[in-house]
Amino acid sequence: MSDIDLKRRNFFKTSLGAAAIAIAPGILLFDTAHGKAQTVSGKVRWGMLIDTAQCREGCNDCVTACNRENGLPGATSATAVQWIRKVDIKNTTTGRQVSLPMMCQHCESPPCVDVCPTGASFKRVDGIVLVDRHLCIGCRYCMMACPYKARSFVHEPVSDQNPDVPRGKGTVESCTLCVHRIDNGMQPACAEACANKAILFGDLNDPDSEIARKIRAVASVQLRADLGLNTGVRYQGL
Amino acid sequence: MKRFASLLLCLCIPAALAAGTGAPTIDIGKGGQCVEDAQWMRKNHPHVLKHQRDETVHQGVRDTRHSLKGCIECHASTRDNSVTARADSFCVACHRYEAVKIDCFECHSDKRKSAWLQRNAK
Repeated sequence: MSDIDLKRRNFFKTSLGAAAIAIAPGILLFDTAHGKAQTVSGKVRWGMLIDTAQCREGCNDCVTACNRENGLPGATSATAVQWIRKVDIKNTTTGRQVSLPMMCQHCESPPCVDVCPTGASFKRVDGIVLVDRHLCIGCRYCMMACPYKARSFVHEPVSDQNPDVPRGKGTVESCTLCVHRIDNGMQPACAEACANKAILFGDLNDPDSEIARKIRAVASVQLRADLGLNTGVRYQGL
Repeated sequence: MKRFASLLLCLCIPAALAAGTGAPTIDIGKGGQCVEDAQWMRKNHPHVLKHQRDETVHQGVRDTRHSLKGCIECHASTRDNSVTARADSFCVACHRYEAVKIDCFECHSDKRKSAWLQRNAK
């Protein structure tokens, strides 16, 4: 083969390589800019472990963060929308007091899904219990079925929503585990806001995740475990 | 030159006629290349949005190509970052002309995410 031919071949090789290097980041950037196109995996089960020893009485940071992230008004009247509440409990025999955050427990067999007449209340394959508000007719059966009183009905018109968290009058809603953040690889707002790291969020199904290792090592309970709902949210130190 | 002028005239006459029929004037925001052909989108955007909405809510598909947020990102007005605020806003202009009520913005934000973040950053 002549020298010229070889030079030409090398020239093509290097220019192809250079072209690939120049284009590849563009393709990657295009993909990230357009968001994730794949569906969520059923191998994952999202959950939380709440360490009540680390939860300070009077601290409301998780509630504030939730209200801000999801655009909730933050009122606490009987008809107000609340996705997460701080609850102080006291054992009347021993006098021991504990403070803890309460929200949707993201059950494996959720009663709210059983009773929903339109299929609006559903469980995503990764264990997050949600309301599809396109289908919700506002009948509030799910609110009656939920043993944790985790759901709220929106009584008032809503304006200036977070573009990631659409919500409106006439539908039922509850903690979504900040599903819009999880889908983008972030933590729920409450877990991120807790200064004492009392809320540990992660994949219960992954044996190497921090939450799975911790629930293997320390004693934790599900609230109303007698109902056999297998909640995704667990409490330590109750 | 004469030929060019007559060509220009020919092009202008249909445009003037179209404007005379009271077709809506639309603020298309940033505009640019749409994800699909414009005429196809005029006809099919409700189906596209409905399909995308079910996939996003139930399966967590956060692809912005056919999402409402994606539409708003390009088509919200550059003046007020909204697709519904004024009579010539992107969604309102046509829907008012065709007398078709849209419920999307009872729950969904009509603003660009960047504009919302700017307002709510404290």
